[in-house]
Amino acid sequence: MTDTADREESVVPAGTDAALLEPDATLGTYARGRIEALKTGDLGSLPIIIGIIAIAIYFQARNSQFLSAGNFVNLIAQTAPYAVIGMGVVFVLLLGEIDLSIGYVSGVGGVITALLLVPDGNQVSPAVAIAAALGAGAIIGVVQGLLFTKIGIPSFVVTLAGLLGWNGVVLLLIGDRGTVAIQDPFVNGIANDYLSSGAAWLSVEGAVLIYAALQYLAVRNRAKAGLPNLPTSLILLRIGVLAGVGAIVVAVANSALNRGLPYVFLLLIALMLILTFVTDRTRFGRHVYAVGGSIEAARRAGIRVDGVRVAVFGIAGTMAALGGIILASRLSSVDTNAGGGTILLYSIAAPVIGGTSLFGGRGTIRSALLGAVVIASIDNGLGLLNTTAGTKYIVTALVLLAAVSVDSLSRKGRVASGRA
Amino acid sequence: MSQEPLLELKGVTKTFGAVNALTEVDFSVREGEVMALVGDNGAGKSTLIKSIAGIHPIDAGTIAFAGTRVNIHGPKDAAKLGIEVVYQDLALCDNLDVVQNMYLGREAMSSFRRLDETTMERTARETLASLAVTTIRSVRQPVAALSGGQRQSVAVAKAVMWNSKLVILDEPTAALGVAQTRQVLDLVKRLGQTGLAVVLISHNLHDIFEVADRITVLRLGRSVAEVSRKGSTQQEVVQLITAGSIASVPGQTEATA
Repeated sequence: MTDTADREESVVPAGTDAALLEPDATLGTYARGRIEALKTGDLGSLPIIIGIIAIAIYFQARNSQFLSAGNFVNLIAQTAPYAVIGMGVVFVLLLGEIDLSIGYVSGVGGVITALLLVPDGNQVSPAVAIAAALGAGAIIGVVQGLLFTKIGIPSFVVTLAGLLGWNGVVLLLIGDRGTVAIQDPFVNGIANDYLSSGAAWLSVEGAVLIYAALQYLAVRNRAKAGLPNLPTSLILLRIGVLAGVGAIVVAVANSALNRGLPYVFLLLIALMLILTFVTDRTRFGRHVYAVGGSIEAARRAGIRVDGVRVAVFGIAGTMAALGGIILASRLSSVDTNAGGGTILLYSIAAPVIGGTSLFGGRGTIRSALLGAVVIASIDNGLGLLNTTAGTKYIVTALVLLAAVSVDSLSRKGRVASGRA
Repeated sequence: MSQEPLLELKGVTKTFGAVNALTEVDFSVREGEVMALVGDNGAGKSTLIKSIAGIHPIDAGTIAFAGTRVNIHGPKDAAKLGIEVVYQDLALCDNLDVVQNMYLGREAMSSFRRLDETTMERTARETLASLAVTTIRSVRQPVAALSGGQRQSVAVAKAVMWNSKLVILDEPTAALGVAQTRQVLDLVKRLGQTGLAVVLISHNLHDIFEVADRITVLRLGRSVAEVSRKGSTQQEVVQLITAGSIASVPGQTEATA
């Protein structure tokens, strides 16, 4: 410790506030800073992006269908439920907690939507059905959050009970019907309808323009306040990458026969932007990170720790229900297996694979999306190679283990370099 | 240095069950002065600052702040008066950056319920600069990346940023090396020079004789002496802390008091 201070004091002459400024940033110094951060265990999204590229190359080499336009569109629809449920899980993981009930909560969400839309004369409008499902998810999450905070049952146990209990609710709701088909065109359209080619281009161009405008406003604001900015070349590079990736996604999706960019893609992007705003730009989001970092520090800062926790479990429940609706939409039906199978594990694995720490306090909303892409790609790719479910599970398990190892090792790296 | 004390405690008593943690303690601190609070383990230093901070409301006695008698029933009352405490464990979130920690729980907001990062970052920089904290290169690095002395500086800057009038520092140099201790002691001196009232708790008499203007000695829950630094020596203060004889070392003859 003393050593560090001595070194720093020799670098920084005493009595200058120039030392308060970040080093004069160019793209080169930024890149060096990022490499330095990588060495100390701050990995960011790098491993996951390398992973996605490696997966794409491997499956494309084994089966040329993998990167075809039609399969690409499938992949988006397969990614969506895990990504959406995973975004809710991010909040829970940021607290350093766990929610094992999300799988069957998604099942409850899907089943409620389907049952309310059964055309038996008592059906409601799709908006009401979706709102009811989301409300049920929110209430379930809040109740579990209250059991955790007010009674003090560990979140692991509360939600383990939830896992079993909501499975039971799904079975009771379905009853002896076996399968409930969804005939409502709006709900089925979420995952199975496509934007027209023009609308897809328009929305991607609009998104890039809005992103660029927000970046410009932020830079101007900081410059006005005399604060240092990221290098302009880096900001332009980010806008360029966004525009490039967006254009590729739209071009490939539009080239698929009779299909295009699914509506659920827009939903995914919108959710990612809104929830990223919540985590990064609101007081609530800041407090979530604070509670995950140090409960004691958060409490002394006057943060209502229990309130934050209950709200986070409410968000996880709501997002799980939404994921369940998307899954029901994709299958156009729900059955007694709704919310079961791999949904829980894939949805928790997604943000972890994407770089959100299981130890709390570190993570991003986009990690859920990136991780879900990895999981859906493996699932989809191995399906194309005609492997059995057994192989799929083992491969996904190994990827999850690798991701958690990266998390644990990078945490060790942070400890070794005094950053944890 | 004004002569009217900013904070004045008279006859403060606090008991926990059968234990008298504080017995008729008198204590005062003026604006622009560093008042050191010393005493052996169990002398009541922590209880005294927690009483001032509102964590342990007092049982008897009076507290006057800026000449007015006040009741401090909780940490919020203390904060309203402008009393800030920097505890030994600092209570910083490692995963948040310097600005985020300094504003934790009191974030500046702009339109549409957004955090006003620009204002927060600018004010945090200004506060650090006004305290001449120059070793923190970027206010956007996580606190986890800072050294012990830098963390202490952040915790102190966090405390003084809120128009505080009285800052209480609990063992700020306890876990630090030589260079960082120097850094923090300089910071404590500057706090006094900027007109704040500072209460410094430390076991290190060398540190105290370097920065304190006056020294209050607690022994077994009683205030036994208040001396000025210039008018006393470390040896005298050690004698006051231990009452000059082994026979009265806490835990032996007066342990039941």
